[in-house]
Amino acid sequence: MKTRILGWVALVAVAAASYVALFVVPPDVNQGDAQRIMYPHVASAWLAYLSFGVTALASIGWLWKRDLRFDAVAVSAAEVGVLFTAFAIWGGMMWGQPVWGVMWQWEDPRLTTTALLLALYVGYLLLRRLTDDPERRATRAAIVGIVAAIDIPIVHFSVEWWRGLHQTATIGSPDRVLNPAAPMAFVGTLLGMLAAFTLAWVYLMIRRYQLARAETAREESARLEHLVAARRVEVARG
Amino acid sequence: MGAADADRRAAAGDGNPMNAIRRGTRIAIAVARKDALAELRGRHATVSTLFFAAVVLLLFGFALGPDSARLSAAAPGLLWLAIVFAGILAVGRLHQLETDDGALEHLAAYPVDRRALYAGKALGGFAVMLVLGVVLLVAVAILFAVEVASAPIPLLVTIVLGAAGVAAVGTFYAGLTVRLRAREVMLPLLMLPILAPLLLAAVKATAAALSGDPFGELGAWIGLLVAFDIVMIVAGAATYGFLLEDG
Repeated sequence: MKTRILGWVALVAVAAASYVALFVVPPDVNQGDAQRIMYPHVASAWLAYLSFGVTALASIGWLWKRDLRFDAVAVSAAEVGVLFTAFAIWGGMMWGQPVWGVMWQWEDPRLTTTALLLALYVGYLLLRRLTDDPERRATRAAIVGIVAAIDIPIVHFSVEWWRGLHQTATIGSPDRVLNPAAPMAFVGTLLGMLAAFTLAWVYLMIRRYQLARAETAREESARLEHLVAARRVEVARG
Repeated sequence: MGAADADRRAAAGDGNPMNAIRRGTRIAIAVARKDALAELRGRHATVSTLFFAAVVLLLFGFALGPDSARLSAAAPGLLWLAIVFAGILAVGRLHQLETDDGALEHLAAYPVDRRALYAGKALGGFAVMLVLGVVLLVAVAILFAVEVASAPIPLLVTIVLGAAGVAAVGTFYAGLTVRLRAREVMLPLLMLPILAPLLLAAVKATAAALSGDPFGELGAWIGLLVAFDIVMIVAGAATYGFLLEDG
């Protein structure tokens, strides 16, 4: 019940923040209305990084404590993180089309890093589907989750350098708006969007976690039934 | 579990860290030697992998040629793509042969430090990758008219570091995917994004070495390769044990 209320609150918050971002806050002087994409874009990118951090910590938790609840947290965060990453990339492309003139800009380190991030965690989710035994699945996934998280800073760093040799600055990087010189309206709208998206993130995490636990319980009972049935056959045969 | 751990600790060298390291090194070399022997005595995975890489290089030539200036400009990238693709096949095979024979379970049953087993497998992979890298460098020099003799030392250092990185990542990812149903797809799918920084740094270092390093960036890319290798070797050594236990 509480979770359901949280879901409604998150929905209303996202709707309200979107309304403010679309109609209340003035458009950016240089980028015009396209800049409005920045609010959900930055918020979802931030939550994507948070999700993958949670996956890595929960993965360490599983390897350490051998409690499948950690694994449920890890898979929930990875799945929600992939959702937010995809949303961030989509927003970035929608923004890049009018502002850069192209949807994909190889010289933007964040875009390339995020694309690799998506590939890493889609791989993580696919790997999970290929293993039936819950404990093996948790261990394999945990290793991939930890190594992927370790790889993120190296990827970011290398892509940053790589671009640096071609060009010194990227035009109109969306995060510029966050600098203190920017008008408070922009900052306030972004923070509001961030708060609304975070509520939605928490709601999705709780629901996905409950689902993961239910799946584990079903797998467990199916395995028990299988064992009981096998034993019955044995007993019947004498 | 507890008793096995105690055995392993005892086997790892009676609590003296120097003994443990010496013992671990011996085990790693033994594992690598076993892989090398199996390879030399007729499995010939390296040879088929080499031919695969050569075909990849030829196809790159068809895809981008026949303008020779463009091909030699793209040569560092093509070299490393060929090394990475062939490397995935090579490290995949090193583990596949083990599970086909059921040998990996036996390896896992030995009461020795798992990090030493990882080091041994990675060392075997490193040797294969090194052969691959050097042969492909020569092939690229011939096919795409690249002057490799101008800077042999930086090129060799790049090849050694790149080979070590692919082997370090490949060893535990191959161990991870070897028992999966769709391992042929999953190994590259998981490994390629992880290897992206290595590919980037190695291509840049190779290009810098070939052009005489006009911007003085060679050291930075070599440094990035070293950092990547260290991080991945530590991550692999720390997680390989979990894979052998119940991966």
